[in-house]
Amino acid sequence: MTVSQKRAMCAWSFIGIPLIYFILIRFYPSLDAFSIAFTDWDIVGEKKYIGFDNFKVLWNDPIFWIVLSNTFEYLLLGVPISLLLSFVIAYFLDQVRFGHGFLRACYFIPFLTTAVAMAWVWRWFYQPVPVGVINLALGKVGILQLDFLRSTTEALPAVLAPAIWAGLGFQIVIFIAGLRAVPVTYYEAAKIDGATSWRILRDITLPQLRPTIVFLVVISSIGFLRIFDQVYNMTQEGEGGPLNATRPLVLNIYKLAFENFDMGMAAAQTVVLFVLLLIITIIQLRMLRK
Amino acid sequence: MLKSIITIITTVVLTCSSWAVEIDYWQYSYKSRIDAMDRLIQAFEAMYPDITVKHSNFPYAQFRTKVAAAVSAGEGPDVVQLYYGWLKDYRRAKILKPLSPKLFPINEIEAEYFPLVRLMKQDGDYYALPTAVRSLALFWNKSLFEDAGLDPEVPPKTLDQLLEMAKKLVKRDKAGNIIQVGLTMGPINQDHNWWREVLVRQFGGTPYDKNTSKVNYFNDAGIKAFEYYVSLLTKHKVSVVDFMDKGEIAFKAGRAAMHIDGSFVLSTFDRTRRLDYGVTELPVHNGIKANFSSYWVNGITTKVNKKKQIAAEKFLKFITSEPAQQLWLDEVGELPSRRAVALREKNLKHPKYGPFIRGLEYAVTTDFKSEIAQRKTFVDMFDRVVLTNMGVIESLRIGAMEDQNIINEGLKR
Repeated sequence: MTVSQKRAMCAWSFIGIPLIYFILIRFYPSLDAFSIAFTDWDIVGEKKYIGFDNFKVLWNDPIFWIVLSNTFEYLLLGVPISLLLSFVIAYFLDQVRFGHGFLRACYFIPFLTTAVAMAWVWRWFYQPVPVGVINLALGKVGILQLDFLRSTTEALPAVLAPAIWAGLGFQIVIFIAGLRAVPVTYYEAAKIDGATSWRILRDITLPQLRPTIVFLVVISSIGFLRIFDQVYNMTQEGEGGPLNATRPLVLNIYKLAFENFDMGMAAAQTVVLFVLLLIITIIQLRMLRK
Repeated sequence: MLKSIITIITTVVLTCSSWAVEIDYWQYSYKSRIDAMDRLIQAFEAMYPDITVKHSNFPYAQFRTKVAAAVSAGEGPDVVQLYYGWLKDYRRAKILKPLSPKLFPINEIEAEYFPLVRLMKQDGDYYALPTAVRSLALFWNKSLFEDAGLDPEVPPKTLDQLLEMAKKLVKRDKAGNIIQVGLTMGPINQDHNWWREVLVRQFGGTPYDKNTSKVNYFNDAGIKAFEYYVSLLTKHKVSVVDFMDKGEIAFKAGRAAMHIDGSFVLSTFDRTRRLDYGVTELPVHNGIKANFSSYWVNGITTKVNKKKQIAAEKFLKFITSEPAQQLWLDEVGELPSRRAVALREKNLKHPKYGPFIRGLEYAVTTDFKSEIAQRKTFVDMFDRVVLTNMGVIESLRIGAMEDQNIINEGLKR
């Protein structure tokens, strides 16, 4: 064996272990879900092949469409808001020298906090008076209290808020890294030419951040499309209520699989989610990469 | 000589070790239930030194999922606690074994237990037995009654009195926000049971037909019952839905004057300092008494082998015995499922357990096809009215239809 062959062997033996893990624990079950989607199965009994029946039922199920539109609402609200917020914070944080580390830590801590604990704290924040702090504060300034989680329109944004907040720290750190990677010479040249800070932002910073933005859009899209913890913990009995107003696809899949034991239908919806994630990711990569 | 000694020793060791069995017992996490079960296990292990019981518990929200996933993978408990409403799902998923009629004779069960356990008999076999059952009752906060100028020793006896008192007990801040509810409202907690089995009956109906195959509440009685419930919030404004997240919490915090709940909350309330409360039978209406009973049962999973089965059955027998049931009542506050224990003079006359036990006599247990799904039909029915301004009748119609669909699905299986 040559030295390079030995090296390759060594490398493969390191890669091999996680690879086997991924194949057995991740890829195999994921692929299996595709075959389960065409069966009627209650976890324990025999799988019965039923062709496309699950997909037909799903197509005619009004709840499925509500759940799907909720999922997109999470995505369409969550991605732009979180990216805009994190960029603005990162942009200014990058210029702050005093207490920079402390401030960055403050933004990053929610990312490290357990989603469940955070969801429950926010669940209590949103309570009506006399316990909910937000409504208490609104009351102090003389504004009528909001229903938040007890409203079919306010509940989804209310659930989304802590999800955005939790992810913000990660996005900020990535943005700051991206900002730091922009060559200083570009800025110096622009300053010599007398460019305003707005033009520098538009013509240098943002184009230079393109790979960072692509990465964050894809990652956060996937994150919002599979939102679960917040909804499960912030709604009564994890139902995604009221009136399915906050129930996302993943929660629906979970309920079907592990409360109704309807694995076939759950797998069918998982396939739908997979296809959606795939399409969205491909489109985003194409559009943003050029 | 030495050879025979060795043989004897090995035989003894082998038989001993072959008799030592460990069985897994699973229930959901609730402090008083865990403590009581630990005490029962201790007594059981003292009685059968060759059997050890490993007691695990999980948060209620994940309990069902964990059991299903574990048993289907050949893991998980040997003896498991489950909600009676899940029996059909569990049996369909082949998680439970029927109890052997030798150790649990069917005629004995039916003579000694309250009739409500008969739901656990499926196709001629019993699949599980309860240690304890629960029924509903009305809790009232005596101090808040006094503050509102009501006699702290006189709770409401009828639905009309309930409403009148609730009106007096509700408290608002300057902006008009309710800061103390007259009666808690939690459709997703016990109220859906109160509505289905109690209010519908009291307004002259029955929620389902005899075999629980047809929804029977989309009619005059159902409409009136639903109107009564909804009006507590919309017309009379004596409550806030899920006040302080859960009625139980609001009552504990002294922010709710009245609360309908099961016997299992007694131990929680008793541990709450400065909570001076009373318990009374559910208010009657049109002279009709009604109550809902539910229970947790213990069953043996399909995972057990022959050797473990004997141990598991012994354990099940033990935790459903008369002494165990009295201990469960004293420790957890859940009612005995054996008549002989429940109807003991000291239990019947008990100021807190008494009303629940008296309620058991006329309580009905809903034969849910899928409890969580059917619960949701009521929660949504209620939310459609209070959140989207749909009419009571239209919402009830949709709810009844959804409920019927779930029942049809259940019957197909």
